[in-house]
Amino acid sequence: MPADFISNLYVFVLAAFLGFELIKRVSPLLHTPLMSLTNALDAIVVVAAIIIAGRHETRVSTILGLVAIGASFSNMVGGFLITDRMLKMFKTTKAKKP
Amino acid sequence: MNPALAQQLIDFSYIAAVVGFILALKWLNSPASAMRGVVIGEIASAVAVVATLFDPQVLHHKWLIIALILGAGIGIPLGMVKMTAVPQRTALSHAFGAMSAALIGIAEYYVGTPHISKFEMAEIGLEVVIGSLTFTGSIIAAGKLQEILPQRPITYKGQNIVSLSVLAAALALIILLVFHPEYTHVFAAMVVVALIFGIMLVTPIGGADMPTVISLLNSYAGFSAALLGFVLNSKVLVVAGALDGASGFILSVIMCKAMNRSFTNVLFGAFGQVQVSAAKGAEERTVRSASAEEAAGILGAASKVIIAPGYGMAVAQAQHKVRELYDALSKRGVDVKFAIHPVAGRMPGHMNVLLAEADIPYDKLVEMDEINGEFAQTDVALIIGANDVTNPAAREDPSSPIYGMPILDVDRARTVMVIKRGMGAGFAGIENPLYYMDKTLMLFGDAKNFVGSIVRELGGSHG
Repeated sequence: MPADFISNLYVFVLAAFLGFELIKRVSPLLHTPLMSLTNALDAIVVVAAIIIAGRHETRVSTILGLVAIGASFSNMVGGFLITDRMLKMFKTTKAKKP
Repeated sequence: MNPALAQQLIDFSYIAAVVGFILALKWLNSPASAMRGVVIGEIASAVAVVATLFDPQVLHHKWLIIALILGAGIGIPLGMVKMTAVPQRTALSHAFGAMSAALIGIAEYYVGTPHISKFEMAEIGLEVVIGSLTFTGSIIAAGKLQEILPQRPITYKGQNIVSLSVLAAALALIILLVFHPEYTHVFAAMVVVALIFGIMLVTPIGGADMPTVISLLNSYAGFSAALLGFVLNSKVLVVAGALDGASGFILSVIMCKAMNRSFTNVLFGAFGQVQVSAAKGAEERTVRSASAEEAAGILGAASKVIIAPGYGMAVAQAQHKVRELYDALSKRGVDVKFAIHPVAGRMPGHMNVLLAEADIPYDKLVEMDEINGEFAQTDVALIIGANDVTNPAAREDPSSPIYGMPILDVDRARTVMVIKRGMGAGFAGIENPLYYMDKTLMLFGDAKNFVGSIVRELGGSHG
């Protein structure tokens, strides 16, 4: 088994546990913004798409990479935008009556 | 800059991004700090993207920039959708995320083949299969939520066997590729089979189960990104994918518990098949109905009111009228709260967003477990557009298909009011004994108009 795999597995296991602990603490009030935010964070695959497309190894890989850039970057932009819009709607009783 | 140094700087930027991601999720624990979480998430993502553009491997920036601009051009309108459309937008973004992960895996295969090790091939195969099935599955889910596709479960005899055989075929093709990574046509077949399986996975699932399905697809999209991180040996993808996957998984578990279902039950037992005992309540039972004037009189005289909204309220576009009702009652000194069932909307937390959009303060939105104890001291429970989540049969009648599902205990309030179009059964087609109780008043009509009339009555008697 490659050494890279083992080190990646370590990172994965630790991140998954951390994720469970963090997300358990997220208020159920915010579960919809949570999903759109994690979606935007997950769109970091765009960096892998940039590398694949930017290396320009074969025509196929470049085109697939460019499509992947578009799709994931749209998630990044759209995900942050809608999360931001939703969170701005959440106000308390006090904030509402100045 | 020398390439080794550049690579190190990029790696550091990724580590900084990961720290940002973790803080973003941490600060989402309360609405007060959540905005800060979004900002740090944005900064972290921007740092990682900009750093990657300076990677010495990256040539031909022109096309990359065009692709990024196109992506932003698709992303901005998708970020501006109405709050009622957020579930389908979310399903679509799962589709995009999974598609990118699958496409990158496919590109990696075509660049590497035939010099791919067995281990790498297994990773790529698994990654591409999960990405592809999540892509088509999410498209179907988005179509159902957008009501382009039928909401009801589409089932046929022997469905589960057929679906599982298709999944088994995809896995068999991965195994074949592990031994013969040079068979590019087998790889193409594997992608097609995975795409078909995604369609077969979600098509049989009904509209009522969409909150679970969306969460599950969220989890798959996350794990496919994490697997891609394994393929490319990219730790930032492993971390982001693991966080997203964990989040989707937790939400799926919460949704399953809220509906008293198991994963296998959601995925393999279409809900529509369960409606058997609908004929049981056929004996002539009478309901008491009331007018807006009477309802307003009772609500105005109450000291504590809990409103239980369901998705029907959003369908009737009644949120803003409900806010007016909240304002009118609060002005009279009535204590008004909202009882939020976890599956009240079409995705986890959806109802909170819909009510927040209507300017209802979030400290008045109370989750099921917290508010259930309060119903016994409540004068009026007002149910708007919700049905199954208020059905006491879930607590009392072991023969009911929803027996064991956690519900809002609205029947414990002194008076129960239900705004409803007519006496039809709920989403799942199950009879609700709540409507026949002596203390229940049925308010027949369109939710928006009826709430509007109550507000007018309250305003009139006040001034």
